[in-house]
Amino acid sequence: MTFEPLLERMPTSRPAPMRDQSGLLGERPSYSSEADFKIHGGCGLMGICDESGTLMSGVEAIKAMAVQRDRGNGLGGGYAGYGIYPEFPDHYCFHMMYHDLKAKEDAEAVFDKYFVIDLAEPMPTRAVKGISDAPLLWRYFLQPDPHKFENAEISADDYIVHAVMLINSSVDGAFVASSGKNMGAFKGVGFPEEIGHYYLLEEYEGHTWTGHNRFPTNTPGWWGGAHPFTLLDWSIVHNGEISSYGINSRYLEAFGYKCTLGTDTEVAAYLFDLLLRRHKLPLELACKALASPLWTEIDRMPEEEAAVYRSLRAVYGPAMLNGPFAIVLGFNGGMVALNDRIKLRPLVAARQGTKIMVASEESAMREVLDAPDQVWAPKAGEPVIARVKGMEWPIHGDLHLSASEVSCAVTGAHDSCETVEVG
Amino acid sequence: MTTTTKGPIEGYIVTTPSSTRDGDTVTIDAQSVYYRQVNEATRAAFADGAKHVVLNHVNGQRYIGTGIKGKDLKITVNGTPGQDMAMLMDGPTLEVFGNAQDGVGNTMNAGKVIIHGDAGDVLGYGMRGGKVFINGDVGYRVGIHMKAYEGLRPIMVAGGKARDFFGEYMAGGLLILLGMNSRLEGPLVGGYVGTGMHGGAIYLRGEVEPWQCGKEVGVFAASEDDIADIKPVLAEYCEAMGMDLDEVLSEPFTKLIPVSHRPYGKLYTYM
Repeated sequence: MTFEPLLERMPTSRPAPMRDQSGLLGERPSYSSEADFKIHGGCGLMGICDESGTLMSGVEAIKAMAVQRDRGNGLGGGYAGYGIYPEFPDHYCFHMMYHDLKAKEDAEAVFDKYFVIDLAEPMPTRAVKGISDAPLLWRYFLQPDPHKFENAEISADDYIVHAVMLINSSVDGAFVASSGKNMGAFKGVGFPEEIGHYYLLEEYEGHTWTGHNRFPTNTPGWWGGAHPFTLLDWSIVHNGEISSYGINSRYLEAFGYKCTLGTDTEVAAYLFDLLLRRHKLPLELACKALASPLWTEIDRMPEEEAAVYRSLRAVYGPAMLNGPFAIVLGFNGGMVALNDRIKLRPLVAARQGTKIMVASEESAMREVLDAPDQVWAPKAGEPVIARVKGMEWPIHGDLHLSASEVSCAVTGAHDSCETVEVG
Repeated sequence: MTTTTKGPIEGYIVTTPSSTRDGDTVTIDAQSVYYRQVNEATRAAFADGAKHVVLNHVNGQRYIGTGIKGKDLKITVNGTPGQDMAMLMDGPTLEVFGNAQDGVGNTMNAGKVIIHGDAGDVLGYGMRGGKVFINGDVGYRVGIHMKAYEGLRPIMVAGGKARDFFGEYMAGGLLILLGMNSRLEGPLVGGYVGTGMHGGAIYLRGEVEPWQCGKEVGVFAASEDDIADIKPVLAEYCEAMGMDLDEVLSEPFTKLIPVSHRPYGKLYTYM
């Protein structure tokens, strides 16, 4: 039995517009009437990872974003934290945004049907000047219902992905902010320091944090449109614009991803899930698929390497992210920061002891790290990688591969390619 | 001094920074103060007759030195200044003890910027006069669309290496890259050097491969006359950085100049 028949019985979009029954939220346009647009980013970002696994307060992420305040305009801020729920390390944690109580009921019907919920609670928040019109914010610690999961005959991660796609595509007014284990996304409309304060980030501790400051250029800022965008424990913060959104989203649809959020950054989150988790591409290669070397660069490579990159561009052409971007990918186990291939958006990196940090501006790192050992501007298209010691590394292969190792990984000839099997 | 309450996890404080005056020098503590108040205090100090403003604990404040006019003025920055430093600056000397971020010298008119560290991307964007000296490495799109105008000739010297698009669309002035004080691996300069260049000159201490250069530039070994032309600039740079001019001149330079002053003329106009 596959998962698909189950999906057909799930609630579909209901008559719009829905109104809040309690009267507390006032009149709102329906989610779908707001969401049918493409969102571009302007923005500032940060990421920090302590490779020793030592936990840091969310305040560190807030400090890094606050110093970059003027990169955004108060229409979007957000964070992802990893290792923040040690009391539920094996539960998937869904951070949910609900437009109204009906959306909550509908989404909870999905949870009840497919999951065993061990804790459901409102997100802890505090009143903050500058933050208004918040949706209903809830979080759920849950695991797949054993019977449904067994029948579905897919991995637990795929089961979660199906559920996320289902809710985002068919439960109007409900939006999954994050769905990974021992992590969460905290985002909304406001300056990032206000959003961090709103979500009480000082009460969370994580080994990896990412943060984002939004400057929406084409569309209004809305809570779901703030970064990070997530799937499972992958989270993306992004500065730039993914001009290839159309072809990327069509490509992803062929693999069962539904790009329902009307955003460009959404595709980056799903592409990393596809390339790293499902296709098991080594990180280096996945980054080169998304930020491909130019053909002229490939022509200058040694023939063996050039052949790999020609194949990569041929196979993953529709996955290539065209346009200016700086992104930070967070996940359990570490962080990867990446630029577009001609560095059309800023990205600076620093290391201090076991901490690796990236941001749009050096000042963000000077704010958090008191005496960095090294500060550098990463080269376009070359990832900055942080890996938490002792944690399972979710990515296939070693950090940096030779052309022949990459070739082995691509062809899948594992017997002769043991070097790519790490962790 | 007005002070607004700082929240528990706020960033900058909107407040007049504390400052002290000693003769012609005003020292301002920019620690966590929002850029507007830092820059207002700087301008107020000059308006009040100061000749030298020292900004301490700078971190990320934008527009330092922006729009300030006056030949005999000096600004010293201790820390990491934010975006668009010395934008439209017209005369002062601005010295940074630290790294600079992106957009230094944007449309700068006159004066001198000395950075005792690295600098970021789009350095000297549309710069039309004055000098920018960087001790270390510089980023992408450095010297993009620098231009000369009548008596004005913008000059930039970077002591380290540069990334792609060095001197892109350069329309005038002088751009020099030494590759000496670098922490970067790889070549002296990235690709697309002088793409769209139609004025001015680029000097590289070392060599470039043909693939690194835009179609619009011609590549030559610098002649003795060329070196004589840039020697005063390099001497001034060495003095600012405490470097040895003879060592700088001990390697051959490559000169890049445009092959056409209107590379896109045929593209956009009727013949």
